Amino acid sequence: MTETRYDVRLHVNGTVHDVQVPARRLLSDALRHDVGLTGTHVGCEHGVCGACTVLMDGRPVRSCLVLAVSAVDAEITTVEGLADADGSLGPVQQAFKECHGLQCGFCTPGFLTTITAGLEENPSPTPEEAREMVAGNLCRCTGYQNIVASVLRAAELRGGDA
Amino acid sequence: MTETLPSTADARGTRVVNHGVKRQDSLEKLLGKTRYAGDFDVAGQLHARLVRSPVPSARIVSRDATAAMDVPGVVAVLFGEDVPNNDIPTNTAGIKGRPLPPSWVLAVDRVRYHGEPVALVVAENTRALAAAEALVDVEYDVLPVVSDPEAALEHDSSEVHEGGNLLSQWRIDRGDVDGAFADAPIIVEGRYEAQVVDHAYLEPETGIGWLDDEGVINIRVSTQEIEHYRRIARVVGLPDAKVRVQAPYLGGGFGGKEDMTVEPYIALAVLRTGRPVKMVWSRQESLTARAKRHPVRMHYRTAAAADGTLLAHDIQIVSDAGAYPLLSGFVLLYITLNAAGPYRCDNVRVHSRAAYTNNTPGSAFRGFGGMQPVLAYEAQIDKVADAAGLDRVEVRKANAFEAGDRIPAGQRIDTAVWLPQCIDAVLDAIGPRPVPSSPEHRVGLGLACNVQPYGRVAWMNDSASAWVGCERDGGVVVRCGVPDVGGGQVSSLAQIAAEVLHVPLEKVTVHFGDSARTPLAGRTTATRQLYMSGNAVLSAAEELRAQLVQGVVKGTGHGAADLTLAEGGVLTPDGVVPLAEVVAMCMANGVAINAMKTYFAPTGEPVRELVDSERIVPDFTFGAHAAYVEVDTRTGEVRPLRYVAAHDVGRAINPLSVRGQIEGAVVQGLGYALSERIVYDEGVNLTGAFYQYAIPTAADCPEIEVKILESGEGVGPFHARGIGEPPIGPCAATIASAVEDAVGARPTTLPMLAETVLACVDEGAAR
Repeated sequence: MTETRYDVRLHVNGTVHDVQVPARRLLSDALRHDVGLTGTHVGCEHGVCGACTVLMDGRPVRSCLVLAVSAVDAEITTVEGLADADGSLGPVQQAFKECHGLQCGFCTPGFLTTITAGLEENPSPTPEEAREMVAGNLCRCTGYQNIVASVLRAAELRGGDA
Repeated sequence: MTETLPSTADARGTRVVNHGVKRQDSLEKLLGKTRYAGDFDVAGQLHARLVRSPVPSARIVSRDATAAMDVPGVVAVLFGEDVPNNDIPTNTAGIKGRPLPPSWVLAVDRVRYHGEPVALVVAENTRALAAAEALVDVEYDVLPVVSDPEAALEHDSSEVHEGGNLLSQWRIDRGDVDGAFADAPIIVEGRYEAQVVDHAYLEPETGIGWLDDEGVINIRVSTQEIEHYRRIARVVGLPDAKVRVQAPYLGGGFGGKEDMTVEPYIALAVLRTGRPVKMVWSRQESLTARAKRHPVRMHYRTAAAADGTLLAHDIQIVSDAGAYPLLSGFVLLYITLNAAGPYRCDNVRVHSRAAYTNNTPGSAFRGFGGMQPVLAYEAQIDKVADAAGLDRVEVRKANAFEAGDRIPAGQRIDTAVWLPQCIDAVLDAIGPRPVPSSPEHRVGLGLACNVQPYGRVAWMNDSASAWVGCERDGGVVVRCGVPDVGGGQVSSLAQIAAEVLHVPLEKVTVHFGDSARTPLAGRTTATRQLYMSGNAVLSAAEELRAQLVQGVVKGTGHGAADLTLAEGGVLTPDGVVPLAEVVAMCMANGVAINAMKTYFAPTGEPVRELVDSERIVPDFTFGAHAAYVEVDTRTGEVRPLRYVAAHDVGRAINPLSVRGQIEGAVVQGLGYALSERIVYDEGVNLTGAFYQYAIPTAADCPEIEVKILESGEGVGPFHARGIGEPPIGPCAATIASAVEDAVGARPTTLPMLAETVLACVDEGAAR
């Protein structure tokens, strides 16, 4: 039952991680178990819920649907990489805090990464666009109301930074 | 010794309580630093997985682990015979004098539902686990499947358990129902049906266990009840105190983590191997085999006077309990208790039955039986109003309970009933009727009300303990064994302590959710946690406050009457003594700097089958919802456009958390109303992935406005009422009512799928 393992160099949140993983290793598992970044959560294993969303070169991907070996050349950003350099909350995180955009928090990392990428693409969304931006992620606690509000607030905060 | 609380009126003057403070847990969660149960690893850990029955009903002919044990990396395969106490006794009620069958940790000779655990595999890694799982050889002799709860109750049905398929039944028999119907000018009748749904929290069932140096099995698990340590200890044959359960922050619960999930298996594997063991259920396991919300069929006949006054209900309800009892008897009690809704009625007959079938067991789910009947009683009161030619709103208000009324089961309502206020609040806020988006679309307005008890059934003799103490640096520590399922349970306790002890919120640290290290506070279920543990923290903090004053009396010589707590310490005629100095004065003068209190809920005598009691539950929460929906008359698609929910919460400890609970419940309720269902084919659960189970997304949800009403009357701390469960109740009835308003006929079956709604469009057009 030995399995060939591959040397994989992952670039996560600006840090290089050299890990040895089998070819079938999912990026979500590699991040959580090999790199030790457990902020990325696995909710459904089928790419439906979006809790495991991370950024690959700035684009949101479901890390439960990506093989770790295919992520070697990408710059990966997880929830742990969204804080500002000084450790304070990034704009999307800050907006969630202000707007009470989370309850149990399990889905939150996937929303934070999704919105981070979404606001890159559309820095000033309308309320409808904000809702659309998060419509691919499931949350079972909040009713989405405050998440949509957080998107709009994050856009303001980002604008203020510019 | 005791100081009086701020009165209800004074609660407006609170510093921390009743303010929408940022929750203490949010920062770590936003940084991705919060470690949920599945985020812990222990060096040398093994992994465990269940082999589950692929069929819903069968005799187990043989089980053989030889091939599985040959897989490199497999450490153990356990069957039921390897479990010291394989039966999990069921404590329930509403039965007809025979003991309920237990459920089994691992099935030995019979499986009764699809996904029932049969074997436990333990291995060095998940790859070996998967390989071995497929190689555990279980031979099944398939038996007839009981899939319909009403057919299950027929005499010729196959038996899921020996002795017949009636699990539980309850009756209410109040007043003269037949007499009332005989003379009634208005009689309306309806049949209503609700489906099986799943909790679908985002965090699947997971945990990790290990033996510590004292021989205690530690289990860190996503659970709503750390006090399962006793049940776990029984399973593995250890004294209760040799099992410790810790619940870190949960990724949602909603009742689905009220029964044990992974715990007994982890304990068994740890004991068998002596090594740490982790178990993570897949989403498929969770959807297939973990307990669900009970589907029900409800038949209502309602009699009313010409002026719309409710005269009588005659109600029959059948609930599908699935294969094992779990909490079905209690859920059925809640269905029965709440069957007539928040309306006065002197003549009520309810007969409810829960039947065993070979479907997934039913158990707790937010709303807990208070939810299903709302669909029916709200439709019935609308029918009464229509038959009387009266306004539906006015008929509700005229029939609404008032404080001092008795519910049909006998208990008197001791606190305010702000149902009319809730109705007015939602109708005021719902706004003008939106214009349909095309000639083929119709817009409708819906309204529904509900009542939901909070706190556990009285004869559970519920209690919660909390410890509150001061640190020498002036910090405050709360120790309270609550699991935080995500609703802000922990943060609310910090608010209460900060309020009473006059310290800033950030000075309060709460240690929670540890059966060995925090005073036991009971499960986070039944909308009881803030009510129960909040009252415990309140009284412990009040006692501590008195002790602090006493310490300053002894330390300064001032009289207690001259001392009050102020921001950061105790105010004396000479100025403020900082809390750290107060603590020093206490310690120098033999005054304790901590206090532990236990809050006891009111108790009552058990009822058996006939629900007739002065005390069944602690208190009730009332609410009203209104919504506009748009129906596409070509497709039957229903789109909620705007939603307003109002509940009297007595006093909101944290209005932000209250709002969050209500908004989240509305969306979960909209899923129940419109899209969610577990589908079975003769007992085989066909819904095994999220892409087969339609949880509402942000795009499916309307704008939701929450109206928090505060009557100042509740039995929780600062007169709070529970709010975790109540707001999911009215959603389906609200949408059904709105669809009826739009198309002229009312859906009576959940979820209101397109074909159901299209039938209503046709029926409405034919009228």
